[in-house]
Amino acid sequence: MSAFLEALAGHAFLQHALAAGVLASIACGIVGSYVVVKRIGYLAGGIAHTVLGGMGIAYFLGRSPIGGALIAALLAAAIIGWVSLRLRQHEDTIIGALWAIGMATGILFISRTPGYNADLVSYLFGSILMVPREDLFLIAALDGAIVVLVLLFRKAFLAVCFDEEFARLRGVPVDLFYLVLLWMVALTVVILVQVVGLIMVIALLTLPAAIAGQFARSLAAMMFVATLLGVMFTGAGLALSYEPDLPAGATIVLVAGTVYLLSAAGRGFYLRFGARRMQAAPGSKDV
Amino acid sequence: MTAIVELKDVSFSYDVGPPALERISLAVEEGEFLGMVGPNGGGKSTLLKLVLGLLKPVSGEVRVAGGTPHAARRMIGYVPQYARYVRDFPISVEETVLLGRLGATRLLGGYGAADREVARRVMGETEVLDLRRRPLGTLSGGQVQRVLVARALAGDPRILILDEPTANIDLRAETDIFDLFKTLNQRMTIVVVSHDIGFISGYVTRVACLNRTLLCHQPVPVGPEMIERLYGTQVQRIPHSHGGGHGAKP
Repeated sequence: MSAFLEALAGHAFLQHALAAGVLASIACGIVGSYVVVKRIGYLAGGIAHTVLGGMGIAYFLGRSPIGGALIAALLAAAIIGWVSLRLRQHEDTIIGALWAIGMATGILFISRTPGYNADLVSYLFGSILMVPREDLFLIAALDGAIVVLVLLFRKAFLAVCFDEEFARLRGVPVDLFYLVLLWMVALTVVILVQVVGLIMVIALLTLPAAIAGQFARSLAAMMFVATLLGVMFTGAGLALSYEPDLPAGATIVLVAGTVYLLSAAGRGFYLRFGARRMQAAPGSKDV
Repeated sequence: MTAIVELKDVSFSYDVGPPALERISLAVEEGEFLGMVGPNGGGKSTLLKLVLGLLKPVSGEVRVAGGTPHAARRMIGYVPQYARYVRDFPISVEETVLLGRLGATRLLGGYGAADREVARRVMGETEVLDLRRRPLGTLSGGQVQRVLVARALAGDPRILILDEPTANIDLRAETDIFDLFKTLNQRMTIVVVSHDIGFISGYVTRVACLNRTLLCHQPVPVGPEMIERLYGTQVQRIPHSHGGGHGAKP
């Protein structure tokens, strides 16, 4: 651990990695909370994996893979959102198909690109130690967009997540906000691809929020706690992986997964053996 | 009196399956307290969805306050069937009630002082004010039902529409909540769906019996012949007492 702290002081790449972790945690904490309470983890997975198609095409054309990822993610979110709103009965099948088609497209284009395909591995498994400085600005800008959207429309997003039908009856443009929510998921996926890679995006998107949701009493608190947990997990994952030279993305996800399992088990234990005291707590008229 | 909800010859069927509703004509007068009864699958919830504008009739016409259901949405306070999904959603009672202000308040940013004042008032009216900071998931079925009524009232509705408001609560809570509806009826029209004809007949001013078609709409009480026609079998009828709140339930 002390070796990690020393290296952190001396190496810009580690500082960038830590900054990328913190910035990614903000998007994860906010958007991940929506994904968890709205139970759209599968949709988020579909968006995440379709992104490889866009990255592969951009890579083949010699353009920025992140740009390709951004376009693919926004497009995938729009298609998946439309499927989810209009063809709900076939939602699972269609998203599963998009998921596979996106990945296959990406692999084909990358295989047709001349040169050594080291980048494929870094897209799949993340490369937090190689996040360039300009990408940090891009991640910060995406974070900013998410924070502004959520601050402006927090009532509508809450209504859409909590009770879609009621929101519709109150005149909230539910379809629009649902799509914007999926676009925020898309932006978060693009950020996370750089930190933990495509394959583990869903873990970092949902695990901190799922842990926070076990204790939080409001959506805002859940977002705040999930962000803090994300910072802790990425920081701890980086520190643990540094000296033994383990893959940072996988270590981060393992830390998050372990804490999630411990917290779920602890909560199950508490509810089973400690809940009676809670029920005796003073409440008002029990109608 | 004028009709605030009017259905003219309305039929509806879902994509697959037989017609859910056939040739329904019904007018609900302003200030009425209408009970809608009928067996499960008899089309009660479908009829509500047509009035709310969530479904469109295959034929016939639905008018609410003289216009389309869509245009009248903000005049309607809707209390859906007790939903299971609320159990683990991180939301407080007050936040839930404030959601009822949507459509009456600005879309951007947070709520204003006026919204919070309205939320306070309706939580007082439905007796959930001391629960306002509690997470919704920790409440009893009857308490959740009151919170959902408060959310509907927060939009200052002219019509209150409730779908099986007592499906998950005990008789004591059922009596309390119908006493509340009786009070609310002094200032708004109420339409309540129930499967328990015996219970609601002590509160409502008129009963509409629905089993795919509208079998009757008549002032209470409803006779045993009609109950038999509605449910198809001989139903044992036990008189309910609404005074003490401890009456026997079939």
